[in-house]
Amino acid sequence: MSVLAYARRQGRESVAWYGGLGLLAIRVARNLRLPPSYLVIVAREIDIIGVRSLAVALTASLFTGMVLALQTAVNMARFGAENYVGPVVALSILRELGPVLTAILVGGKVASGITAELGSMKVTEQIDALRAIGVNYVKKLIVPRIMAALLVFPLITVVADGVGLLGGMLIAVFDRNVDAYLYWNTISYWVVMKDFLTGLGKSVVFGFLITLIGCYNGLGTSGGTEGLGRSTTDTVVQVAMAVIISDFFLTKLFFLLFW
Amino acid sequence: MTVAGDLLVELRDIRKSFDQKEVLQGVSLSLRKGTTLAVMGGSGSGKTVLLRITAGLLRPDAGQVALFGTRIERMREEAMLPIRKRTGFVFQGAALFDSLSVFENVAYPLREHTRLSLGEITDRVHRFLSLVGMPGTDELLPAELSGGMRKRVGIARALVMEPEVVFFDEPTAGLDPTNARLVAELIATLRTGVCDTAIVVTHDIEFANMVADQMAILHRGRFADIGTPAEIRGSTNSDVRRFLAGDLREE
Repeated sequence: MSVLAYARRQGRESVAWYGGLGLLAIRVARNLRLPPSYLVIVAREIDIIGVRSLAVALTASLFTGMVLALQTAVNMARFGAENYVGPVVALSILRELGPVLTAILVGGKVASGITAELGSMKVTEQIDALRAIGVNYVKKLIVPRIMAALLVFPLITVVADGVGLLGGMLIAVFDRNVDAYLYWNTISYWVVMKDFLTGLGKSVVFGFLITLIGCYNGLGTSGGTEGLGRSTTDTVVQVAMAVIISDFFLTKLFFLLFW
Repeated sequence: MTVAGDLLVELRDIRKSFDQKEVLQGVSLSLRKGTTLAVMGGSGSGKTVLLRITAGLLRPDAGQVALFGTRIERMREEAMLPIRKRTGFVFQGAALFDSLSVFENVAYPLREHTRLSLGEITDRVHRFLSLVGMPGTDELLPAELSGGMRKRVGIARALVMEPEVVFFDEPTAGLDPTNARLVAELIATLRTGVCDTAIVVTHDIEFANMVADQMAILHRGRFADIGTPAEIRGSTNSDVRRFLAGDLREE
């Protein structure tokens, strides 16, 4: 295959993927109203996406806060600004690292799980069985997951933010001898609610994108178990890319809107 | 589109292609209430594609599909749900929900679409499990069942809402001769009761003879012939003769 033909095919596949993702988002929007009996499924998804992902997110954010404080303090000491390690750590975590790292770590785990589950249902015709029974599979399988993600991702991000700040404090206080009161006092002086809320806003968008990609790749799985493996791997990569790329545009958007 | 009262399924000039290959090249059929149509053909002849298009699970590239007098070929998935509740589909691999027990699989349509009490659901599920020869298997998971048992549970799930039309996709394929005969006899028995109108896709001539009022031979994306089993057996069409002799191949 020539380079041109390869590029053309890749381009066509990319357009089809983005188009399909957009169409699925429209179908989700059309099916947002769930029957009361489906709320149990939302609760189950909150448990799967949220509770079972908490340990991963918190461990990552604790160590991120610690390494951030260590790097910042050591380098800021060269300018005699070691006492300001708190605001630097807090701004980095609240605005970027908290939502982004949580989304990449938890998102990769959650979305690949969704793709594997829906993909396996797809290749064994269980999704067609739902359709044949007259069940709206978007309401049954996708909307509850997206609803759970919209709620859970910001919640995990809040907890991860808190743990990240604590991690930063541990290093600042015990390793760099910064006063704990000063650490928190400088944070409360320099960090405003907007910093926290823009990070939270990002996590909502990330949660939506991550779940949508997981569901879309699951529903698009073909080619048996080999295809299932391919979809799951694609999901992990696409989720990480989606988070990183959308993070840039969201940051730009929030600066335009709120700064 | 309005069709005659007892005409439950109507297909006109259906075309469908996959990757440049035209699998169906203008297929038409109609199914009246109380009729069982067996669609036969070799592997790759497009039988399953035709069945899925008829059930609204797949969109044709061209042509018209009407179920119960309503055109469905361009209908949105959500709008099609009420129509699908009036049909049953038995998948080739049974497509049971693997995390649910046999009981829950059969009860699934009832829980989704009816307000029956647990007692009423239990009664109805047990009645249909007995009908397919699977009483006392409530707690078993699909992974614990043999291929034939899975097919029978799939049939019970498709019939539990008492649909007006049932679509069977290769119900005897992949089964040992004994199980294939059991499933065939079961479908033949059901014809006189809860399942009097059906389209059965199969390559099994003996089974088709047992259950069908009408037979259609699909070859190269078109029907080579349609008629009663006797008419098909006496057909002079060369493709039909070759199919009956086991000598018809798809390219």
